[in-house]
Amino acid sequence: MSSLQSKSMEVEQIKIKEPGRFQQFWRSFHRKKPAVISFYFVLLLFVIMIIGPFITPYDAAEPDYNSLLETPSLTHFFGTDEYGRDILSRIIAGAKISLSVSVSAVSLGAIIGTMLGLISGFIGKWVDKLIMRGCDVLFAFPDLILAIGIVAILGPGLKNVVIAVAFFSIPSFARIVRGATLEVKEMLFVEAAESIGAGRMRIMLKHIFPETLPTIIVYFTMNVGTAILAAASLSFLGLGAEPSSPDWGAMLSVSRDYIGTAFHLVFFPGLIIFLTVLAFNLLGDGLREMLDPKMKD
Amino acid sequence: MWQYLVKRIISLIPLLLVVSFVVFMFIHIIPGDPARLLAGKEATVEEVEMARQSLGLDKPLYEQYFVYLKGLLSGDLGYSIKSGAPVSKLIGDRILPTLGLTFLSILWALIVGILLGIISAVFRNRWPDHLGMFTAVSGISLPNFWVGLVLIQLFSVQLGIFPTGGADGWKSYIMPSFALGAGIMAMIARFTRSSLVDSMKQDYIRMGRAKGLGSGSIVFGHALKNSLIPVVTVAGLQFGFLLGGSVVVETVFSFPGLGTLLIDSIQFRDYPVVQAEILLFAVQFILVNLLIDIVYSFLNPKIRYE
Repeated sequence: MSSLQSKSMEVEQIKIKEPGRFQQFWRSFHRKKPAVISFYFVLLLFVIMIIGPFITPYDAAEPDYNSLLETPSLTHFFGTDEYGRDILSRIIAGAKISLSVSVSAVSLGAIIGTMLGLISGFIGKWVDKLIMRGCDVLFAFPDLILAIGIVAILGPGLKNVVIAVAFFSIPSFARIVRGATLEVKEMLFVEAAESIGAGRMRIMLKHIFPETLPTIIVYFTMNVGTAILAAASLSFLGLGAEPSSPDWGAMLSVSRDYIGTAFHLVFFPGLIIFLTVLAFNLLGDGLREMLDPKMKD
Repeated sequence: MWQYLVKRIISLIPLLLVVSFVVFMFIHIIPGDPARLLAGKEATVEEVEMARQSLGLDKPLYEQYFVYLKGLLSGDLGYSIKSGAPVSKLIGDRILPTLGLTFLSILWALIVGILLGIISAVFRNRWPDHLGMFTAVSGISLPNFWVGLVLIQLFSVQLGIFPTGGADGWKSYIMPSFALGAGIMAMIARFTRSSLVDSMKQDYIRMGRAKGLGSGSIVFGHALKNSLIPVVTVAGLQFGFLLGGSVVVETVFSFPGLGTLLIDSIQFRDYPVVQAEILLFAVQFILVNLLIDIVYSFLNPKIRYE
């Protein structure tokens, strides 16, 4: 009895010493420098997205006809645009549009794609075939062409950009989650759940879904970068945000007319799109190496 | 081999049929009456009815689809609302510049991407590798329209070396193909690196080293050959990225290709042209992937027997 007690105390002590799963994850994540820097950059962007309107040095929408097309200076760090609006303030205000459009588009695509992938992988048979053939049809269209086609049908605007970008994310999420589901399905704990009479829905959502979550998180992060580029491209083509809005892609679209005369109008919005996408890609790479070693190229 | 080829081509037919049906439905999903759209805003009720009949929109859906399919097979893509010209002619006029642009883009992307990948793999985990892979990840993250605009500022406005746009002469292809190929170059570099790193771990490479072969001979004579097989597939998959990107890059450089035609047609609500172009992009993408599969099966005979 006493030896048992001492053993259980030992176990407890070990438990206390051992850091939690999250702590372990956090520690090894901090060893990946590019991913860590990207993580804090993305975090900063989300903070800016929330508190943006309170920290902009100037009103992002208010024209100032006394300072048209000014080059970067100490009063306007990124210069001003054709209406004298401060470009830095517009980029800060635009963070909200660019991030919310891309994150909501990928979320929508991820939710629908994950559900389809789970159903396809778990149920199999004709359901699997039907869903996968549907994905093949969507895959037959190049991503941006599919998005352009959808916006051509629904009409320009940010809401439709979200739908268009979500649409092309669906098949890739479905395929990746299906693959993960097929693997998890064969595991012993799923068989155990089945043997005690757990329903299909319960097994899918409570047992299989949590196991596929790391794959989904990695893929989600990487897709946000792609979505930002796609949404900016659509706005640049005049199919997304209103040209007058501080959306990063729309700002670049308008600035084309000032190339050669006011290059800062082109430079800064493009730079922020590049840095944001780069941050999401590096973060995704880091997470992939940690959460899903199999997905590593 | 022939058996595999025929099987592969036949398996595409259902996909092509469904894709053509999805694109056919395009004109029916657009909000509003397509006949009114095609007849114009100021058309009378009779004119709208005439448009409906001439387009066959009064017939049952399946009949309309068969007529559409028959048209497609004989090269009839309908008529443009804007100019009245046959859509096939409009596309025919624009297809060569776009094909030239995509070809040039993929060519430089393959050459530079593979070289960058080799350098990274050979100097694995040392600074050339880190630099190479950082360049690659940056290439994937760059908005191609921004690269285009920066190039115009630098090489057209400041230095005056290349024209700002158009498609007159080889000089006007340089900047657009650079902007278009940067992303794919980056993907190819990453894939070449990881594929080459995998190959270098194989037994036959260890054997080569044991025999006293030099690094150059090992990389170029043995490892690279096998590593390039998956790179071919990636290049094919990324072709879709190139087709989408061409629309954006062509807009930046006012390049008279299929991309600018698509955007002009969307803005003018010239739906027959939009419909035909989207179908063309999808068919191109499907055929390129078929071609890649065939090349792949030549390079890797195992695939044919699966």
